[in-house]
Amino acid sequence: MESQSKNAVGAALEAAGVSRREFLGFCATLAAAYSLPGTAVDAIAAALEKAPRASVIWLSFQECTGCTESLTRSHSPTVEGLILEQVSLDYHHTLQAASGEAAEHAREEAMRAGSYLLVVDGSVPLGNPGFSTIAGVSNVDMLMETAKDAAAVIAVGTCAAYGGLPAALPNPTGAVSVSHLIKDKPVINVPGCPPIPVVITGVLAHFLTFGTLPELDHLGRPKVFYGESIHDRCYRRPFYDQGKFAETFDDEGARKGWCLYKLGCKGPVTYNACATTKWNDGVSFPIQSGHGCLGCSEPGFWDQGPFYKALSMPTASMQKAVGAAVGAGVAIGAAMAIRNKAAMTAAKAAHEPVRVEDLERKS
Amino acid sequence: MSALELLTWARGSGLALALGLCLFGIILRLFEILSLGRKTDLAPARTVTPGSGWRTLLSRSLPPPGMLSRAPLTYVGGYVFHIGIAIAVFFFVPHIELIRGLLGFGWRGLPNLFVDIASIAAILAMLAVLAGRLTDPVKRFLSGKGDWLAWGLTFLPLATGYAAFHHLAENYTLLLALHILSVELLLVVLPFSKLFHVVGLFLARWYNGEIAGRKGVAS
Amino acid sequence: MSASYERGINAFMEVIDAPVASFFSSCVHCGLCAESCLFYTETGDPQYAPIHKLEPLRRTWQQEYTLLGRLAKLAGLAKPVTDEELAAWSPLVYDSCSMCGRCSMVCPVGNDITMMIRKMREGMAAAGHAPEGLVTATARSITSGSPAGVKWVTVQAQIKRMQAQFGIEIPVNKEGADYLVLMSSWEILNYPEYLGAVGRIFAKAGATWTLADDAYEATNSGIQIGASDLARQLVGRIVAAAERLKVKCVISPECGHAYTAIRWEGPNLMGRAFGFEVKHILEVLDDLRRAGRLKLKGSIDKPLTYHDPCQISRRGGVHEQPRTLLNQIAPQFREMNDGGTMNWCCGGGGGVSANERAEALRTIAFKRKKAQIEELGVDTVVTACANCRVVIEEALEHYHMDIEMLGLTELVAEHLDEEGI
Repeated sequence: MESQSKNAVGAALEAAGVSRREFLGFCATLAAAYSLPGTAVDAIAAALEKAPRASVIWLSFQECTGCTESLTRSHSPTVEGLILEQVSLDYHHTLQAASGEAAEHAREEAMRAGSYLLVVDGSVPLGNPGFSTIAGVSNVDMLMETAKDAAAVIAVGTCAAYGGLPAALPNPTGAVSVSHLIKDKPVINVPGCPPIPVVITGVLAHFLTFGTLPELDHLGRPKVFYGESIHDRCYRRPFYDQGKFAETFDDEGARKGWCLYKLGCKGPVTYNACATTKWNDGVSFPIQSGHGCLGCSEPGFWDQGPFYKALSMPTASMQKAVGAAVGAGVAIGAAMAIRNKAAMTAAKAAHEPVRVEDLERKS
Repeated sequence: MSALELLTWARGSGLALALGLCLFGIILRLFEILSLGRKTDLAPARTVTPGSGWRTLLSRSLPPPGMLSRAPLTYVGGYVFHIGIAIAVFFFVPHIELIRGLLGFGWRGLPNLFVDIASIAAILAMLAVLAGRLTDPVKRFLSGKGDWLAWGLTFLPLATGYAAFHHLAENYTLLLALHILSVELLLVVLPFSKLFHVVGLFLARWYNGEIAGRKGVAS
Repeated sequence: MSASYERGINAFMEVIDAPVASFFSSCVHCGLCAESCLFYTETGDPQYAPIHKLEPLRRTWQQEYTLLGRLAKLAGLAKPVTDEELAAWSPLVYDSCSMCGRCSMVCPVGNDITMMIRKMREGMAAAGHAPEGLVTATARSITSGSPAGVKWVTVQAQIKRMQAQFGIEIPVNKEGADYLVLMSSWEILNYPEYLGAVGRIFAKAGATWTLADDAYEATNSGIQIGASDLARQLVGRIVAAAERLKVKCVISPECGHAYTAIRWEGPNLMGRAFGFEVKHILEVLDDLRRAGRLKLKGSIDKPLTYHDPCQISRRGGVHEQPRTLLNQIAPQFREMNDGGTMNWCCGGGGGVSANERAEALRTIAFKRKKAQIEELGVDTVVTACANCRVVIEEALEHYHMDIEMLGLTELVAEHLDEEGI
């Protein structure tokens, strides 16, 4: 390890007191997540150790800082946390010490150095550039400028990935996702409100190890973390199959930990790793704590029907439609009935008594 | 539009549209039918049997003597697919929740295994009756576009429902959306196709039972 | 006026009612009606599927009485019902349907297909597509009083014969009698024993009865061909005679469709309920038995079966009475497979026997009845419809079967307990 640069990830980890055992454990987790053979663990470890600290620019737009909170306050230092810390986070206006012009200067410096990763949280308002600005620069301008030379763009959180809460109807700021604006380079979506820390570090590690981005699904999410639904990996799934459901949040079924489908759990249509990696160092996840999944990592989750109604229930009131249908049915039906009656009366009036001689055609 | 948005549309506006059109169609069809009226039968009934029409509503669900052996596929296939669909529609918990969402009341569902078995049975029975329709000379002869359409529209919800439940495609959300949309298509076409028999047979059986009952024949 | 396509379609529009509309709305093309129809089961020809026989009527309904059908018609998308099509349907509606009603019992959605055939014939007749045999029979009924052209003098001759043979009195035009007795042409011509049997039974039972010289014919070609206007005239003669003679009850003879014509269609054709009862002779016999006025003795010591005439049993509701009577005098009475209300038709009802064009098909269709009789291994078949009897006798001859046909009324008369009462 003599050749190891002082700036490399390995050295930084060592300096932070991460044992070799812990580090290899992290590598094995990654290998498993990416479905690589066991032999790949050493390769990942070697690559990670040698990898130079990547320069990362982190832009925060219309966001709540929940994503950053999730990453930094999750739990006691872990390998994932340290990996994140040891990237060269050159610009992050919540975390960096610098402020004002110095801060912006740091961003410009990092951009000049090139080969940086761009991480974005928060959505971009297109309704009016003045809705959200940083140092007098609108979000959209800053994004386009910073993204121009970025090696890759990672949209962290549902707002950056899909517009998220700011884009919820009626979307007053005209909020859009990062991928809505960046079309000329890969955008990795790491949705979630907030996303799971290990998912972010996992994506970074993949980039550091292989120099490439992980395989993405049709919504731009890394398949390894978003390939399966919460429902399919949920520990309460057997209750769903047995037909055992909590009907209210405080009934016997709820106490027994039965399925939360009837209470509006969106697990079946939510693709994320919560049920497997869980949160707070693997302690729990929403369903385990007794609340159904809100589907926060899915596009437009805020507008996909009531949170507390079963997934199969109507998302809108049917009253209007039913009223209109009955009204139209009765009106047109009655018109048709009158017409039918008239046609029948006309046919009866046109009836010529059939006589014997009428049974044959006279030509 | 993402799969989830499609699903939400199917659960909201799509459902409202489909239910509305279905209800509109059924009401219109009932007006069309009942407006044609019926003359009072002036011939005195053999016995006064006020229940005969209602009795036939149920009794027609059983094959008359000798018929089961003449057309086993029609009867057995028909029973299995109708009962299988009924179990899947009325005893799968998410479906019951939909009904609860629409009508405000529901009932206990069956464990998924039973619903799964019923669905598979219904799918196999539907394939069997399709094979029967393709090969039986009478059914083939009687069948027109409407029959194939009705079969397809009935099979689609079963197939998509089964595929969604068993994740036969990667995108469950999309399958679920397609499943709901296929049901909505079925609802829209129902009043204007032979699928209307789900409503019409109550009228037809009642009339038949009433006519036969007046003559003293249990039909 | 002559028959015309327009009159036919107009008649279709007149006869379609709510039941017809609900029947057409409910058909799922399951094909079970074909499996219940002897014209299909014996030929294997799918065009004989009962519901198919109604196709022109169905399309008229769809195009005239449904919104979508009307729109399709206006847009030129609907296939119109043509005169050629009606002509092509004539064999289906008249030759391959005896209106036996089996399909109406079987249809899983409850369609009364037979009732619709009856209605469709109204349009077919008005359009001039009724078969020649039925047109001739109907014309003869109207002009001479009987489809076979039987005149009162023929009846008088048979009265004399029967009076001489059985030593009974046969009253004619007797006012205030309990019963007005009618006959079918077949009974007048082939089975006058019926008249003798009725005379003996009533004499024994102490019932008063009469014939009417202006209303002796019970059959009604009008309902077979599907011309209600003519059927009304024919029923009207009977009603007039019954009212003139002030009888309590009109007895339909051993004839299936005559019973339907007088008992079930009669009041509807006339547009009013009758002031007298209408009964089939078997109902009357069973009534007398129950009242203790008909006592039977002795028995026929051979295996026999009973052929349920469709219009009397399945379409008429008289299926218990013949069995009660037979069980008293025929210890070896055996029920046919499918006997009772699901019995198979002889193949000649509903005007088929009067329609020469249908003869070959009717002979093929008889194979079903043939098989039923052969399964039982009986040599005697009892029935209560002279038309069934003639059709079966002719077919038995065709198939070289040595089976004896008996009328139930005659059989009862032969077993009267002379000591009784």
